[in-house]
Amino acid sequence: MSTTPGNRMNLMDGLPPRPAEGIYLDSNATTAVAPEVVEAMLPLLTRHFGNPSSMHSFGAEAGKAVDEARGRILALVGGAMANELVLTGGGSESDNLAIVGTLYAYPEKRHLITTAVEHPAVLGLCRDLEKRHGYEVTYLKVDDQGRLDETELRDALRDDTAVVSIMHANNETGVLFDVEALGQIVKESGAVFHVDAVQAAGKLPLDMKSSCIDLLSLSGHKLHGPKGVGALYVRKGTKIRPLIVGGHQERGRRAGTENVASVAGFGVACDLAAAGIEHENTVVRDLRDRLETGLVAAIPDSRRNGDAAHRLPNTSNISFDFIEGEGILLLLDRVGVAASSGSACTSGSLEPSHVLRAMGVPFTQAHGSIRFSLSRYTTQSEVDYVTQVLPPIIERLRQITPFNAERATF
Amino acid sequence: MWNYSDKVFDHFMNPRNVGEVENADGIGEVGSMACGDALRLSFRLDEEGRIADARFQTFGCGSAIASSSVLTEMIKGKTLEDAARITNEEIAAELDGLPREKMHCSVMGREALEAAMIDYYKRLGRNVPCNLLQTSTELCHCYQVSKDTVRDAIMTHKLKNIEDVTNFTKAGGGCTDCHHDISDLLRDCWDKMDQEAATAAAAGAPLQQLADVMGPAPVKHAEIDAEIVTKIRELLENDISVALRNDGGDIEFVRYQEHRVYVRLTGACAACRASEATIKGYVQAQLREFVSDQIEVIEVN
Repeated sequence: MSTTPGNRMNLMDGLPPRPAEGIYLDSNATTAVAPEVVEAMLPLLTRHFGNPSSMHSFGAEAGKAVDEARGRILALVGGAMANELVLTGGGSESDNLAIVGTLYAYPEKRHLITTAVEHPAVLGLCRDLEKRHGYEVTYLKVDDQGRLDETELRDALRDDTAVVSIMHANNETGVLFDVEALGQIVKESGAVFHVDAVQAAGKLPLDMKSSCIDLLSLSGHKLHGPKGVGALYVRKGTKIRPLIVGGHQERGRRAGTENVASVAGFGVACDLAAAGIEHENTVVRDLRDRLETGLVAAIPDSRRNGDAAHRLPNTSNISFDFIEGEGILLLLDRVGVAASSGSACTSGSLEPSHVLRAMGVPFTQAHGSIRFSLSRYTTQSEVDYVTQVLPPIIERLRQITPFNAERATF
Repeated sequence: MWNYSDKVFDHFMNPRNVGEVENADGIGEVGSMACGDALRLSFRLDEEGRIADARFQTFGCGSAIASSSVLTEMIKGKTLEDAARITNEEIAAELDGLPREKMHCSVMGREALEAAMIDYYKRLGRNVPCNLLQTSTELCHCYQVSKDTVRDAIMTHKLKNIEDVTNFTKAGGGCTDCHHDISDLLRDCWDKMDQEAATAAAAGAPLQQLADVMGPAPVKHAEIDAEIVTKIRELLENDISVALRNDGGDIEFVRYQEHRVYVRLTGACAACRASEATIKGYVQAQLREFVSDQIEVIEVN
């Protein structure tokens, strides 16, 4: 490390300059829009701008695009009927529609169940339902690998449980829940079963025809589609009430003129995702493993978070002890690498990741956790670049911190 | 992505004085890994009692490292008495400002400095100067923030809600048990500040009475003045004050007389070395553009 007479450290010393093309390993936050998606959207923003509800050929073109997209989205999740799909404004809206829409449909039921590690779209909503609307919520705990206990779910179910909402894949750790096994338990009780599949869709095969899931949330921008569009799969015969009321769109379950271009883009993205599931589980998985193994081997006091065996193929969450995640991200950004952190500082809150804390990951590790999330566009040279630049970054930040293996507190 | 200044980036990427001073005269440790940030600050004095060397070790985000780095530079060459006067606002100002959510990083620097000085006096067996001793009770147990610290922050920065209090002091950012106490404190402080403002307004009244004694001013003039004052107050409260609050400061209208607008800067602005630039370059420019091009703005303390 170079130091000048002014006791000045240079954290960037010897590190490469930011490359012209950034290395994007934050695909669980959002993904690059696929070129095929952009191409499908453009005509619907220019020539075919009509309103699908209109009685002229402008409207007909737009309507055709929406119908085609509906079929493509449905195919990705193995759904049976086009009217089982409600197009929404994204994953958060889908989650809200699923949970609140069910509570509206069963006003006498005052209890719901979810997990302690859900996405804020579900957790924040549940807290709000408790605080402002007097609902009772059970938050299922996870073990140190991020796994659920089926017995705990069985014990939590009550006669007045309206809905059980459980994510398929965790956005921070990639840990998978066995939603089919959990769903069997839920169905025995008569509650509605909602699954947030925003991270899983396109990475794992889904087949709603043979599933016991009633409601399934999807998002466009997590699978190389545009932002601001999503869908809720509603199994035929599942009662939900709309949140957005007005027009007749989506068979009265979500009013508002369809976001035609984005819906079409979402459809093409689902086509590409369906074709790419094998690639995700072979090539992308190998690259993820190469990155994870390389980093944990090269950097002392580092470890993977979450169940290695049951995990999304693209996600790796690694803790680097004794340092804080924001510094790592700022330095990574300087060398052109985009990732994210479960540290408190990066979120603007003071608490580190609720997911890692629920898993019992100690503060010494939670603050310095980094999530790498790959995509079909990730290359081996990008992964190897990260395994080269990160070890010196971690080492330098550890020179600044007062904590180490001998002293983890004042 | 936080909107960090170039200076924050400079002090983060090129931190000054990392490490621990050998044969330190004082060492201060604040925060913990659980809190998400922690700082160990050490210093050594020269024969004349000035800080000859200061070093830091920080666990925390980019702005925490930058705040620690800039603090060591600020205290070098100063006597302990002078160093003790450095406020967290000055630390933030030296970095060209910090995002509001990160103001607690500068507070941590200030606290570590206090802890190191207390350590110094204790080592010598001397009485710790009372301005360094926090005697008040702890309000937030998660982040060990005293009631005094929260009260000072509310009054200095005119904090309006719990979120602001958490941004500036970290109090209330953990289990939320103390939110009720913070609400009470907010209400008490604002009652006090409103009362002071009312008293100040009443004290301004003699000017009016003086005008009566000196004979009625031409009616036309008084009307114009009242109209201008209303416009000035509106602009100050609706636009200028809002902008300054983004930087942790604020502005108060004091009085208006013959095109002169007397104002008082508070919070980070009061301690800011660039306050003259704020007054002339921003406040006066705004008032000239939207009220009258003859206006001159004068800062009072």
